[in-house]
Amino acid sequence: MNEANNKLDTNTFIKGLWKENPVFVQVLGMCPVLAVTNSATNGMAMGLATAFVLIMSSTLVSLLRNFIPKQVRIATFILIIATFVTVAEYLIQAISIDIHKALGAFISLIVVNCLILGRAEAFASKNSVGKSILDATGMGVGFTFALLCLGGVREILGTGTFFGIQILGASFEPWILMILPGGGFFTLGAWLLLFNYMKERKAAKMQEATA
Amino acid sequence: MNQAELDKLVEAPNSWHMVRALAGIGLMCALLIVTTYELTFETIKQNKAEVLERAIFKVVPGAQSKTTFIVKDGQVEKLQGESNSGLKYYAGYDDSGKLIGVALEAAGQGFQDIVRVLYGFSPDKQAIVGMEVLESKETPGLGDKIEKDETFLKNFEALDVSLNESGDNLKNEIIFVKNGTKANPWELDGITGATISSKAIAAILQASASQNMPFLNQNIENFKQQ
Repeated sequence: MNEANNKLDTNTFIKGLWKENPVFVQVLGMCPVLAVTNSATNGMAMGLATAFVLIMSSTLVSLLRNFIPKQVRIATFILIIATFVTVAEYLIQAISIDIHKALGAFISLIVVNCLILGRAEAFASKNSVGKSILDATGMGVGFTFALLCLGGVREILGTGTFFGIQILGASFEPWILMILPGGGFFTLGAWLLLFNYMKERKAAKMQEATA
Repeated sequence: MNQAELDKLVEAPNSWHMVRALAGIGLMCALLIVTTYELTFETIKQNKAEVLERAIFKVVPGAQSKTTFIVKDGQVEKLQGESNSGLKYYAGYDDSGKLIGVALEAAGQGFQDIVRVLYGFSPDKQAIVGMEVLESKETPGLGDKIEKDETFLKNFEALDVSLNESGDNLKNEIIFVKNGTKANPWELDGITGATISSKAIAAILQASASQNMPFLNQNIENFKQQ
């Protein structure tokens, strides 16, 4: 990727959703992915907060990309990311104390989400502002989608509810394991299996078509 | 990578550029944080006050109005304006202005971090009649059950905190018992899967009640004028 290619195309956005999904394909940012996804609501709130930080910091990094010397880039990226995490924390408190209560310590942990630093380093610091925003939005939406997938499955199996609404009957015995950390690993494993199976099948089909 | 980019990489670092970038961005970030803080300060304060207000009426069931008291030089006084220091007592009254309960805050170490709770004391029943977690970082899905587990919250319908004969301490300590083994009104029925968090609640209430109940009982007359 070099500066000459500044055309905005939908692929910059779409790739984060599916082909390069940050969780299912790049397997980045596993700490929040496993820790907060024990319910669909928590997963989505965390995903949106991360997306906000990702988009804002990618924009700023991209704006300042010619101003930041290579040697201090990581330090400045972290500074920018930490700033937006703090901003996000205040905003969430202003929007709803209850959401802030539910996410608890995990908001501050967005700082160390390697997805955000990864996008700043690999994309935003080398591309135009427009492209960086598109890329960050795609990745953010993809991340939120993945967290929702995990949170949804874990909430349904672990408590029998989805977004707090009872969907499995009262006779359903919740699988407590699913809301424990172990359940996070199982669910993530299952989703990765599905993604890789689908990728392989697609590749096999394409090979068949060319043969 | 072309030659120009390679040259850029091997080029000796210019320390002025580095200082300029770090200081400039640091300054910008600081400004951004301060601006957000200033802009959201009032809303957050209002939100927090609302949460506290909701909690007060929840832990003193039946209360229709409240008055905030503070203790100044050993004297109970009505809180004038705002104050951030010291323990506040929130007295709740029913329709006819009769004192039905006093809510106060307590805090202590939970499983992850400090847990802050608000509990309501009923002088008539000599019991804790409500408890609400104000702030906790307990494990989502496990420890945070102390906030919503129905069986656990039933503990606080009437948790006995009556005083001993000399009136300087609780007759019975609030103690934690395993889920389903509660036999006495001063025992706290724990939550399976949130043992440490529910134990923490018992310890927090025990510490705060043994300290505040003798004082509250001695000065209960002062809380009666709305």
